[in-house]
Amino acid sequence: MIPELGHFALALAVVIAAAQAVLPLIGAARRDAVLMASAPSLAFGQLAALALSFGALLWSSVVSDFSVYNIAENSQSLKPLLYKITGIWGDHEGSILLWCLILALCGAAVGAFGRALPATVRARVIGVLGATSAGFVLFSLTVSNPFVRLWPPPWEGQGMNPLLEDPGLAFHPPILYAGYVGFSIPFAFALAALIEGRVDAAWGRWVRPWALAAWACLTGGIALGSWWSYYVLGWGGYWFWDPVENASLLPWLAGTALVHSAIVVEKRDALKIWTVLLAIGTFSLSLCGTFLVRSGILNSVHAFANDPARGVFILVLLALVIGTALVLFAWRAPRLQPTGIFAPLSREGGLVLNNILLCSIAAVVFTGTTYPLFAQLLAGAQISVGAPFFNAAVLPLAIPLFVVMVVGPMLSWKRAALAPALIRLWWVALAALAAGGFATFHAALFPALGFAASVWLILGAFVDIIARIGLFRLPLATSLARLGGIPLAAWGSAIAHAGMGITVAGIAGMAIAEHRIVAVTVGETVDLGGYHWTLEDLHDAPGPNYSARLADIRVTHDGRVIAVMSPGRRSYPLQRTTTTETAIRTNLFRDLYAVLGEERDGKAVLRLHVNYLAPWIWLGALVMAAGGGLSLADRRLRIGAPLRRAAAPVVTA
Amino acid sequence: MKRKHRRLAILLACGLGLGSAAALTLFAFRDNLVFFVTPSDLASRGHAGETLRLGGLVAAGSIRHATIDGQPAVRFRVTDGRSSVNVSYIGVLPDLFREGQGVVTLGTLAPDGGFVASEVLAKHDETYMPKDVVEALKKSGRWQPDAGPPPPAATWNSLPATRNGG
Repeated sequence: MIPELGHFALALAVVIAAAQAVLPLIGAARRDAVLMASAPSLAFGQLAALALSFGALLWSSVVSDFSVYNIAENSQSLKPLLYKITGIWGDHEGSILLWCLILALCGAAVGAFGRALPATVRARVIGVLGATSAGFVLFSLTVSNPFVRLWPPPWEGQGMNPLLEDPGLAFHPPILYAGYVGFSIPFAFALAALIEGRVDAAWGRWVRPWALAAWACLTGGIALGSWWSYYVLGWGGYWFWDPVENASLLPWLAGTALVHSAIVVEKRDALKIWTVLLAIGTFSLSLCGTFLVRSGILNSVHAFANDPARGVFILVLLALVIGTALVLFAWRAPRLQPTGIFAPLSREGGLVLNNILLCSIAAVVFTGTTYPLFAQLLAGAQISVGAPFFNAAVLPLAIPLFVVMVVGPMLSWKRAALAPALIRLWWVALAALAAGGFATFHAALFPALGFAASVWLILGAFVDIIARIGLFRLPLATSLARLGGIPLAAWGSAIAHAGMGITVAGIAGMAIAEHRIVAVTVGETVDLGGYHWTLEDLHDAPGPNYSARLADIRVTHDGRVIAVMSPGRRSYPLQRTTTTETAIRTNLFRDLYAVLGEERDGKAVLRLHVNYLAPWIWLGALVMAAGGGLSLADRRLRIGAPLRRAAAPVVTA
Repeated sequence: MKRKHRRLAILLACGLGLGSAAALTLFAFRDNLVFFVTPSDLASRGHAGETLRLGGLVAAGSIRHATIDGQPAVRFRVTDGRSSVNVSYIGVLPDLFREGQGVVTLGTLAPDGGFVASEVLAKHDETYMPKDVVEALKKSGRWQPDAGPPPPAATWNSLPATRNGG
């Protein structure tokens, strides 16, 4: 009964979404206030229907209703409650439903928080979101239905992939999807602007908070995913340039460019056509990323089962959404007249350069990710493009990006001189050179370059704020008093840029990580990274739905016990699967990382790593997301246009 | 600054950005494209020194523990039902690495004809057959996916050579 209710609610959501796509758009075209006013109500209605549907699936999972095919395939009655809930988005059907729910949430959010928008804009934005939603909910209802029944119901479900029974992964999809889907709002704003034929500073101000929120979620989601692969997969790496990872990186790169170019639209009324295109591009990449990979079109270790019906539906749907947007762009964009004029050497110029570099990186990653697909289709060649390609192609583009990230914010709007900015940065450059030079004594060129870049980014991020408060130039009390006057958006951008620096430091640290593979007997000691690793014991440990084999390792340094860690292997009899349980001990500056391999002739094979600065990779991403959140909290983004000018930041050049 | 000049500057910058991206991509492609080979491919032509992805099934009864350069290693044979290649790998094998299972390894061909793997990938799903391995089996003529499910994995390396005469 409950699953049928969910199924019905899903069908209802398609109908409401279709109405939400049609009525407000007609209303906006005819200037019909009643039809336009229906938009938020329809968005709320669609959200309610999808929430009901999602709730029904949740209920079926929690009570272990194995007559639902999806639950029988992916759940089991002994599974802990948390994973019964989070297991819903562990499979294809459930994750698509979650995706639709978040899209409906976006529509409702515009309905709820968009009261200050002009009526036509709001109606069109919600209409576009409704049209997108209608397509994807229809996809869920027809070829990816989570409520399909199974008869006769089995006594016990198949159980979830034990790799997914992990708190990191449990919360990763909702955050990541919030990021992916969040970019639907800038996309809808872009289409609304094209239909209106008008983009102005106000448009930039409406779009930026949504883009920032989506960007912050996506940053957090990518970081969580990377952290998960670091500690669950036990391969000692954090980023494998897998299609799924690239699929999340692409919208992130485009979204980062969007967040920056929207500033130019808002402040200087320039780069409008480009920003609209970027908003369309970012969401298109999100769509391609989620669906091409999830439906198994791109070969990935993470892809769900391949189903041709789904593939065709998705391809048609993607072509419709992206194609319509691009046709609309080609038709209407020439109407958007550029107004703001700036010299190439200016803050705008810096942001343009940032956009070019980010988009170039995105183009390289896109080429590398899709090349095997095309090579297979066109030439029949089976080719893979791995980490060496991406490292070789992306790093040379990242270096100028890091330079611009620090120099750009030092430049003034409209027209700037390079010399004063560079003079203010000399000590940062000196510190970066010193850090890089020092690192070359201990590491190869690339990690040393990474450390230099990281110092440059972290210190450089705060140079502007230091100058604004007059630190070391004015009395300390005055400086501190001025600290409160710095707008949150300035803090946000400084913190986000510094977060990038922290991540770069972590990546550089991982590049000098040490590892060793050893076969040891109990009691034997090996040395790695200045630590003595002793295998103390090998023993069995029972678990609720698995049995584990654990190795107790004592790590000492200078006779002091640093850590006792127990990496293990778990075997799940029901799923007939084994998983590796990595043991990690961190002190924030280095991770001790141990993996237990197979046992042979009384010896246990261990893989031991000392990963320097590893936690900084994810810490930096969190700092970046926090920076985005802080910018979002800036009142200038929330309050209307008249106040904006009064609070415009003082630019010192 | 006239609009015309600004546009020119932006176009130049875009061209430079995209141009360098294209150059970097092509340059990186030259050295870093990894071709997929089956054991039969390896047997028919040499690829010494090149980084390759080798896919196939782990031949039943072929897994041997070994020590290479003082590090624990494993040796096994990868087969596509027609030819097989000896593979050596230093490291911890993935959890689902079993005899008779599909496996994809990344590595180089040694002068002695053996394959030195630097990475071994096995899918975290028992029923899953890596796409590359399916291709390898189709190429060797041992299994047509349209004709039904693959025969039991344990029989793979001893399958009689039929269709293509051996």
